[in-house]
Amino acid sequence: MQLDELKAIAEKKKASAKKVCLRTCLSAGCISSQSDVLHKNLATEVKAAGLENDVEVRRVGCMGFCGQGPLVGVDHKEGKEELFEFVKPDDAKAIVSHLKGGACDVQKGDPQHPFFAKQVKIVRANGGIVDPENIEDYLAIGGYQALHHALTEMNSESIIDTITKSGLRGRGGAGFPSGIKWGTVAKSPGAKKYVVCNGDEGDPGAFMDRSVLESDPHLVLEGMAIAAHAVGADQGFLYVRAEYPLAISRLQIAIKQAKALGLLGSGIFETPFNFNVDIRIGAGAFVCGEETALLASIEGERGMPRPRPPFPAVKGLWGCPTLLNNVETFANISAIINKGADWYASFGTEKSKGTKVFALTGKIKNNGLIEVPMGIPLRQIVEEMGGGAPDGHSVKSVQTGGPSGGCIPAEHLDTPVDYESLGKLGSIMGSGGMVVMDDTTNMVEIAKFYMEFCMDESCGKCIPCRAGTVQMFHLLEKITQRKATKRDLDKLEELCDMVKNTSLCGLGQTAPNPIQSTLRFFRSEYEALLQPDATGAPVGANGTAKAH
Amino acid sequence: MSATLSHPNPGNAKYDRVMKVAAGDKRFKILEVTMKKNQFRHDSLIEVLHKAQELFGYLEDDLLRFVAYKLKLPPSRVYGVATFYHFFSLKPQGKHTCVVCMGTACYVKGADKVVEALQNKLKVKSGETTPDGNVSLLTARCIGACGIAPAVTYDGQVSPKQTPEQALEKIGQWLQPA
Amino acid sequence: MAAKTLTINGQQVTAEEGATVLQVARDAKINIPTLCHLDGMKDVGACRLCIVEVVGTPKLLPACTTVIAEGMEIKTESDRLRKYRKMTLELLFAERNHVCAVCVANGHCELQTLAYEQGVDHVRYDYLFPKWGVDTTHERFGMDHNRCILCSRCVRACVEIEGAATKSIAGRGAKSKIISDLNEPWGEADSCTSCGKCVQSCPTGALFNKGSTVAEMEHDRSHLDYVVTAREKKLWVTHA
Ligand SMILES: Cc1cc2nc3c(=O)[nH]c(=O)nc-3n(C[C@H](O)[C@H](O)[C@H](O)COP(=O)(O)O)c2cc1C
Ligand code: SF4
Ligand code: SF4
Ligand code: FES
Ligand code: FES
Repeated sequence: MQLDELKAIAEKKKASAKKVCLRTCLSAGCISSQSDVLHKNLATEVKAAGLENDVEVRRVGCMGFCGQGPLVGVDHKEGKEELFEFVKPDDAKAIVSHLKGGACDVQKGDPQHPFFAKQVKIVRANGGIVDPENIEDYLAIGGYQALHHALTEMNSESIIDTITKSGLRGRGGAGFPSGIKWGTVAKSPGAKKYVVCNGDEGDPGAFMDRSVLESDPHLVLEGMAIAAHAVGADQGFLYVRAEYPLAISRLQIAIKQAKALGLLGSGIFETPFNFNVDIRIGAGAFVCGEETALLASIEGERGMPRPRPPFPAVKGLWGCPTLLNNVETFANISAIINKGADWYASFGTEKSKGTKVFALTGKIKNNGLIEVPMGIPLRQIVEEMGGGAPDGHSVKSVQTGGPSGGCIPAEHLDTPVDYESLGKLGSIMGSGGMVVMDDTTNMVEIAKFYMEFCMDESCGKCIPCRAGTVQMFHLLEKITQRKATKRDLDKLEELCDMVKNTSLCGLGQTAPNPIQSTLRFFRSEYEALLQPDATGAPVGANGTAKAH
Repeated sequence: MSATLSHPNPGNAKYDRVMKVAAGDKRFKILEVTMKKNQFRHDSLIEVLHKAQELFGYLEDDLLRFVAYKLKLPPSRVYGVATFYHFFSLKPQGKHTCVVCMGTACYVKGADKVVEALQNKLKVKSGETTPDGNVSLLTARCIGACGIAPAVTYDGQVSPKQTPEQALEKIGQWLQPA
Repeated sequence: MAAKTLTINGQQVTAEEGATVLQVARDAKINIPTLCHLDGMKDVGACRLCIVEVVGTPKLLPACTTVIAEGMEIKTESDRLRKYRKMTLELLFAERNHVCAVCVANGHCELQTLAYEQGVDHVRYDYLFPKWGVDTTHERFGMDHNRCILCSRCVRACVEIEGAATKSIAGRGAKSKIISDLNEPWGEADSCTSCGKCVQSCPTGALFNKGSTVAEMEHDRSHLDYVVTAREKKLWVTHA
């Protein structure tokens, strides 16, 4: 494959565009409402109406507005765009007749809705537009040209320099500067190096990575290939959780198609660069999102974290230097290479550059995925884009960062969404889960919910996390059952501090966050549940008096 | 961890039993093809277990032994891995499975009420199978369909925005005598 | 190999590059409590008792897996470290059923000794009283899961030193369990060479040599009111 061949395929694809394109979301959310049947029906109806030459029926990935799904987008060549919401398989006929000017009572959405209008799309630019199972769609919008540029016009140093200058930070949660990580792997001595993409997406309540993998798999593969060239790796692994079967099958298709065109494999773009990607499927363990556990899992072991240092960048898979980044991190790479570091750095704040994808869910009117520039006030996301809490309720808090994060109370909604500001409030950016809670939510129950999660997901290797989460959950249960005293609350707080500071990996180190953050902003809810401490011998959960 | 142990050979009672069972069941052959495709590499263990569960529905002891013998891994390692990951089931599942997502988004939208209703109806706790082997009630930690929470997966099909009533109706269909 | 100079508790020490903080401290006769470490086996950094403070690093680091660096300033004792170590031990005591009075290892148990050393005079957490069994199917050894602290020393001894890999950990979190082969009764595990290395490496009474103590073990297992006895009878005083 040469650049002109690549461009020829893209041009041919573009030239073959029809007058109208009917895009149906075939991502996990909409498929659950039978959008796959709808898609087939649309094709049948278009044929029946004799419109095959004018109308393309395209399978696309997630358009973002999942709560209103199934979604069908209609693009008219002259530029008009329409959107249909809550489309049922039976609505196919009406939509097709609408194309011919007929009446149609399918609910119409507004493509200019604030939910869409306030977004800035870099990572999700092609989501809902390209057919994820057809590489030509990706090529038509300039796909793999960044890889060509990186291979032919740039070297390791200049790529890493570009990534560093762009200010890109890891989207997996901690926000580590990607350029520095790439530089470390590049500098680490070793004949064999690996690139690993973390698609474990363990935060329950987040589905950004699933959507990117399902909607635009080549974007991630291209990012990984550029990274491999920059750090000197020839083998990649894409670790995807087993709960995402559709993402897995689309990645398999994408890898096959890329290989067939020589965009993965040996001698890519007729350079000496070789790069192969294998998919590894998780098996239901949150801790495998932690990088050292993930590597253990790729090696076929129990997903138990190990102490760092050595960091994977120095000693990773099978002891070799390994670059490990999140799905969304890789999905940013080709845009940065194409448009430059300065362009990317023009989005966001001083320390948090670019955009971030969030999964906006919970007690909020508009559910779905949004991509916004870093630094946008939380209020804009929740109130303008999300439409606030439904059914006349008010927003009480927004949870970010999942089991490792915290709850931001309504009075802090003006906080800009960036790594530092969220950190100051005792939460974290996390991977992008944003669960809205309304005034009916009991914050102690939420803390308990997360603690149960961490307890169940603790790998059990280190004592503070293994035994500490059990005791913290037990104390929270006592509190919610109104069997706890002030002393129990003190014990809980002391344990939070201890588990945070002594656990081996990030799971234990952050497990107390949901408790600490709800205690910080909603302490009175805990205190209202406490019992008087009269005898000094509080009642244990099993009813026996305990000596203290 | 590399296995240096000497592996059971013909003559060993467990080995002979496992191989006899395997010889009479085509699914073991298919599983072995998967292993071969992975060159019997130790790091393919999780992939092989996925395939085994797909073929057999659950991971029974002799099946795990077969995997251990063929991959030349210590049985303790295979068992340790199989029990670490919650996706693997060492017990047979019911004829029907109902998986309620209990991720955060589904939880705040009432997934706990759905689980409660199903537990009462089926008279089993989540993670259990009805005594007649008809229905397994399970919970999941986010299936990535948070935009349509609460999500419930019935026999592999995800259904959006489920209420306790809808879930009971769906389960009701399974409980009808065939 | 290059030598590195560092200070531990203000004392200047020199050691070879690549050494761990724990090795260097022990050579200098500075005691750091450990549970999952055993000389000659790979360190895993699991028990977190050996945590130390390193000036300039906000995180506490485990001495057993932290490699020394030039100019490091290490503190092995502080109020904070003492408090955390004590809590760690308390968590262990509350996690399973450690009734020292009736344990084969009473007086030779590292957990007991550490609790004494670190001044654990009571456990503030509710005892969880999990139901764990005892495996006495092996001809010469027994395993009492109630006393297991999941340090994985037996697993490492079995894999790294004996090469038998009979032992592994099954399950995860608080439900983790040391298993033999395919979670079989130990006596039926083909791969066990009966070398006894796991028993030797166990810091508590979880793994024991069969014989005189077995009857005692089984018949006293119902006594789990450790809370009161432990405190009143000062069970952690070493009797040996
Ligand atoms: C318990 C735990 C779970 C994690 N889960 C994920 C995950 O699901 N996806 C992810 O990308 N990173 C996850 N991480 C962060 C990774 O360890 C790692 O930092 C990240 O993938 C690095 O990529 P980045 O630099 O691109 O963010 C998790 C970390 C911890 C401690
Ligand atoms: S912090 Fe928790 S998950 Fe991490 S190593 Fe320790 S026990 Fe395992
Ligand atoms: S049996 Fe003993 S050596 Fe093995 S993990 Fe338990 S306490 Fe440690
Ligand atoms: S929380 Fe249920 S699908 Fe994500
Ligand atoms: S001895 Fe270092 S963590 Fe256990």
